[in-house]
Amino acid sequence: MRVQRIAGSVPVADLTIPVVDLDLLLPVIAKYKGKKGNLIPLLQGTQNLYGFIPADAFEIISTHTGLKVTDMYGVATFYAQFRLSPVGKNIIKVCHGTACHVQSATAITEAVEEALGVKDGETTPDGIFTLESVACLGCCSLAPVMMIGEETYGKLTGKSAVQVIKEIKIRESVSR
Amino acid sequence: MEKTKVIVGLGSCGIAAGGNKVFQQIKSLKEADNLDFILDKTSCIGMCFREPLVEVIDETGSYLYGEIDEKKAFEIINQHIVNQNPVKDYLVKSDLFPSEDEHFFAGQVKIALRDCGYINPERLEEYEARNGYQALKKITSEEVSKETVIQTILDSGLRGRGGGGFSTGMKWRFANKYKSDEKYVICNADEGDPGAFMDRSLLEGDPHAVIEGMIIAAYAIEATGGVIYCRAEYPLAIHRLNIALDQARKKGYLGKEIAGITGFNLDISVKEGAGAFVCGEETALMASVEGKRGMPTKRPPFPAEKGLWGKPTNINNVETYANVPWIINNGSAAYAAYGTEKSKGTKVFALTGKIKKGGLVEVPMGITIRDIIYKLGGGIANGKQFKAVQLGGPSGGCIPEHLIDTNIDYDSVNATGAIMGSGGMVVMDETTCMVDMARFFLDFTQKESCGKCTFCRIGTKRMLEILTRICDAKGEEGDIEKLEELAYQIKDSSLCGLGQTAPNPVLTTIRYFRNEYEAHIRDKKCPAKNCKPLLTYEVIPDKCTGCMVCARNCSVNAISGSRKEVHFIDQEKCIKCGICFTKCKFEAILVH
Repeated sequence: MRVQRIAGSVPVADLTIPVVDLDLLLPVIAKYKGKKGNLIPLLQGTQNLYGFIPADAFEIISTHTGLKVTDMYGVATFYAQFRLSPVGKNIIKVCHGTACHVQSATAITEAVEEALGVKDGETTPDGIFTLESVACLGCCSLAPVMMIGEETYGKLTGKSAVQVIKEIKIRESVSR
Repeated sequence: MEKTKVIVGLGSCGIAAGGNKVFQQIKSLKEADNLDFILDKTSCIGMCFREPLVEVIDETGSYLYGEIDEKKAFEIINQHIVNQNPVKDYLVKSDLFPSEDEHFFAGQVKIALRDCGYINPERLEEYEARNGYQALKKITSEEVSKETVIQTILDSGLRGRGGGGFSTGMKWRFANKYKSDEKYVICNADEGDPGAFMDRSLLEGDPHAVIEGMIIAAYAIEATGGVIYCRAEYPLAIHRLNIALDQARKKGYLGKEIAGITGFNLDISVKEGAGAFVCGEETALMASVEGKRGMPTKRPPFPAEKGLWGKPTNINNVETYANVPWIINNGSAAYAAYGTEKSKGTKVFALTGKIKKGGLVEVPMGITIRDIIYKLGGGIANGKQFKAVQLGGPSGGCIPEHLIDTNIDYDSVNATGAIMGSGGMVVMDETTCMVDMARFFLDFTQKESCGKCTFCRIGTKRMLEILTRICDAKGEEGDIEKLEELAYQIKDSSLCGLGQTAPNPVLTTIRYFRNEYEAHIRDKKCPAKNCKPLLTYEVIPDKCTGCMVCARNCSVNAISGSRKEVHFIDQEKCIKCGICFTKCKFEAILVH
């Protein structure tokens, strides 16, 4: 069932929950306040800002808009998109759609798990990567596929997937 | 004389294959040498297996180049553009030269995909130049009655392309019947089937076609608002939809008093889905648009009576709407001329899996599965044997080889136990394990079940447990019967389409591949050599060189043997991870 996703997701071990600037949220609230059906866009807007939905954000949104925290929490735990804890800077989404499954997507996930030393759903201790499995990215003819940020990588092998990740790691260490 | 054009295919697939790099390369070559040609982009051409694609259109005709990288792009610009000498080696389609991929297009009829790959989807003028918004102009300038528009769609025989197959004209008629101050048209672009990408390609390649279809539906049912509910996983589709909507507003196709008709007011907005397969179900989709958990509700009342915000609503899928302008422009008879008696027109399929030439194809209804796979798709990849084709994703089923001559129409496909679905067609070969396939789909539906109905929530979980057990070599006598019993209970007792169809992949694989289930359970063997716990790994003495690579990589030290001596796998210790098989360079590991 859908809520298991949240219950089963592993909290980030070595990342302390960062203190976020909740004032950043005010323009998002102002944009959607009073509009019909604004709950999901508000949560999406919040997540775009912080990468996850901090507990305090529910309270602030509730105070300003009158939406109930219980309703928001119900929605946030229903949809796969929402996260309640921080994630790594780069989210690696390995596609496990039908086409990718028959083209050995499992091998891709295993290779990435081995290279990063984390399991599916976890974040690396340095906070650079979070590894996720997703249902379908819609690039089936390039299967197996993974997506990092907005970039999609197709026709992968375990080796080439790890290569992509290494390159990002090098970029990250240079920019630090 | 028209200027030479160079067009790069930049749909999601093209970009993933490296299309952006090719585009940038051509752009810098053009600027560096001040070359005189037009550089432009288009979206999905359908030949996903040849991405990235570059088309050159010069005074002699059209040349489509496939599998282009930066180096090949350089050659094309140098030889074709500068020296006017087409690079035949990279050609995949041309009016002037024969190519091995021609058969991919032969037999296709492009109605929904009529503009995909032909226009730059971010430019309204290009859509207009290909009859775009003519259908809307036709009905508004002549003030064609709503009833006539509905009757035209009804006569065309168009049925819901999202998978349900309900008559579109009937749906519109119901929505038209209920009077209200507010009414809605919704486009279901929550393409959740893993293995399907028709809607993404359409939205990326021809967003205006979908929007025009929606405006015509709004005219027919007198809607006052429109929503496109699109998966958040499709950022490029959302981006291009928003560009198209802005253009349509500026041009007056959307807004107040459209085409000067009093009372014809409409705006359309894009709502991003938040990731829930169940939101493909129309009542759950509307709950999600309203900002609630996407859980289905009981019908009746149908959306046509009480839909979004409690108002009459018409919901169709992307492909359905894209067909509408064509039908209005060409007449219902032209559309109904394609297809079979009960399934008219064409259907778009995403052809993927173990096939040589995977991509996006639009075929007339009535074509056989064999023709799609072998004539268009070129057959099975890597010289393997065809085993089954999966239609309809997690709601559908696997069609085996002896039914490969089944016609593609709603009724024939349903008779096999699969469903037409939204158009995902995943081809499987001898290496695909059908029990694992069933487990894969149940894992998906079990996670995606919203939890409202007990049978769906708990039943799918129990089915998944049994299937996992079978794949883990722990299957028991009676498991197949237990699966069947659970399957029928879930089908009968679930409220929405998700639960009612979730057991289909299991039922069809039991029906056609019962022997594979039995091999797993009784003989503890996986005929496709896919389920690792059911496999045995042994060293082939004649091939083993004693290089020790397998022994070094074995995580449980199950492999013994010294350098240059034949190795041995201790079956007691072996955890069947398969690493020895992958690491061995001499094919000395036997799997059975």
